[in-house]
Amino acid sequence: MNARNNIIAIMKRELGGYFTSPVAYVFLVIFLLLTGFFTFTVGNFFERGEASLVSFFTWHPWLYLFLVPAAGMRLWSEERRLGTLELLLTMPITTWQAIVGKFLASWIFLILALALTFPVWITVNWLGRPDNGVIFAGYVGSALLSGAYLAISCMTSAMTRNQVISFIVSVVLCLFLILAGFTPVTDLLVRWANPSVVQTIAAFSVMTHFEGFQRGVLDLRDIVFFVSLIGFALFTTGVVIRGHRAG
Amino acid sequence: MIKVENLVKSFGAKHAVDDISFSVERGEVLGFLGPNGAGKSTTMRIITGFYPPTSGRVTIGGFDIVDDPLPAKRLIGYLPENAPGYADMTVHGFLGFAADLRGLKGDAKKKAVHTAVETCFLEGVLYQTIDTLSKGYKHRTCLAQSIIHDPDILVLDEPTDGLDPNQKHEVRALIKRMGEKKAIVFSTHILEEVEAACTRVIIIDRGKIVASGTPRELKARSEFAGAVRFATRSANAATLGAKLALLAARTEVLSEAGGSTVMRAYPRERGGNGAFVGSIAELARSQSWQFDEIHVEEGRLDEVFRSITLPDTVKGAH
Repeated sequence: MNARNNIIAIMKRELGGYFTSPVAYVFLVIFLLLTGFFTFTVGNFFERGEASLVSFFTWHPWLYLFLVPAAGMRLWSEERRLGTLELLLTMPITTWQAIVGKFLASWIFLILALALTFPVWITVNWLGRPDNGVIFAGYVGSALLSGAYLAISCMTSAMTRNQVISFIVSVVLCLFLILAGFTPVTDLLVRWANPSVVQTIAAFSVMTHFEGFQRGVLDLRDIVFFVSLIGFALFTTGVVIRGHRAG
Repeated sequence: MIKVENLVKSFGAKHAVDDISFSVERGEVLGFLGPNGAGKSTTMRIITGFYPPTSGRVTIGGFDIVDDPLPAKRLIGYLPENAPGYADMTVHGFLGFAADLRGLKGDAKKKAVHTAVETCFLEGVLYQTIDTLSKGYKHRTCLAQSIIHDPDILVLDEPTDGLDPNQKHEVRALIKRMGEKKAIVFSTHILEEVEAACTRVIIIDRGKIVASGTPRELKARSEFAGAVRFATRSANAATLGAKLALLAARTEVLSEAGGSTVMRAYPRERGGNGAFVGSIAELARSQSWQFDEIHVEEGRLDEVFRSITLPDTVKGAH
């Protein structure tokens, strides 16, 4: 009970922090503008002539690549820069409560941004008769994907008090997670490496696991992949924070 | 309430805190003195559970800070160095957050925030964000956070840093008042503060305790302690010096202007309890000297502080 209250208190503060600064609004506007731009212009939503949101979800791994680290970079580095980390961790809470609370708050924010793309869903339903099950799966996959990137940003954010470094490192890590399973890259890799090796590497990629969701498949393995990626990154965050304090 | 035993904290090869032991009971205000980088903040960070110690033990109200951190932390209110606060939060929001983490709810929370705001004089800035506050207000906001749950133990790292003289006075009075019912540890490098608020002082230098005692005891270690300072127009410095040479270890002329001589005479033995000033008074009567001013010096903390920590600092520089 106590743990829950602590996590909620931290979430409340963190979410409040997004909305009392312009960060949240800038983020939401840019996210919505970019999803619109990629879906309708680059993704040829209308020219496709099919009632689906494939052109919408395809871009998410790339869009999140920059936007999620931007939303997550301040999580811990800001606490360290302001010195509030000392305040937070001398409160009667455990480190993992702080980590989970902060992560959940940011994830809720990202999911809110994702939910605000509902006009796209309305549009496609208005124009045709899409399979809403597939679209739902796509949204679930997208939410998990943003959570995975966010957990990685949490981790890099805990490593430094400099937000720019935190941002760049998490972009690079997330980029790796994309490229390891990005078809043009795997096609290249196959020329040098054993296909089974390439497949193993690709299994670590978010692309491989995000694809299923886009096709409307809620595969437990994909869900486990994202959840364990989140778990691993948050665990590492805890180790990093403990490391700072141990000196 | 606070018990520190053989505490060591190393960062790499450097011992920031090197075998420190002390304890603080309810009703005590312990002043932590030391030059910058002496290990004051590090010690406080260990006591409050932010840094784990390299070795040694800290118990807070019987709870080990490492093995049993949550009940230990519940007893402590902590003002970290530089009084950090969330820049984008209002004072009210920040104190509410602190109250939440302290497990205060509903009316209890409202009351706690109200009391803390009143104690630290924050009414005027309640709905301002912390980054718009002046240093003094920022400091008091963080102080309010530390007392919001009326803790038994207060750990304050430079609580008067950045405050103006009036605010300093207020905070000192507050510490003294709260010290009657709580166990308080605070660090400072303002020596008058120690005299004004502490029941006990520890001086640490380069990670070690180099002196400890009541402010009075420490002052008695000063070379001025027990010396008699007087001003007179009845005789010149040379005559005074010659006569006093029989009584005093040495004398010192502080000023000689307009017929008035100000001198300081040092006793042969420390802790004579007024015998020395008595003998001077007797001498004065027999010589019919008139004193414009005479008093026994208590000793000066800054001089003790310097004599204890300065040689080390200088040695350390080479």
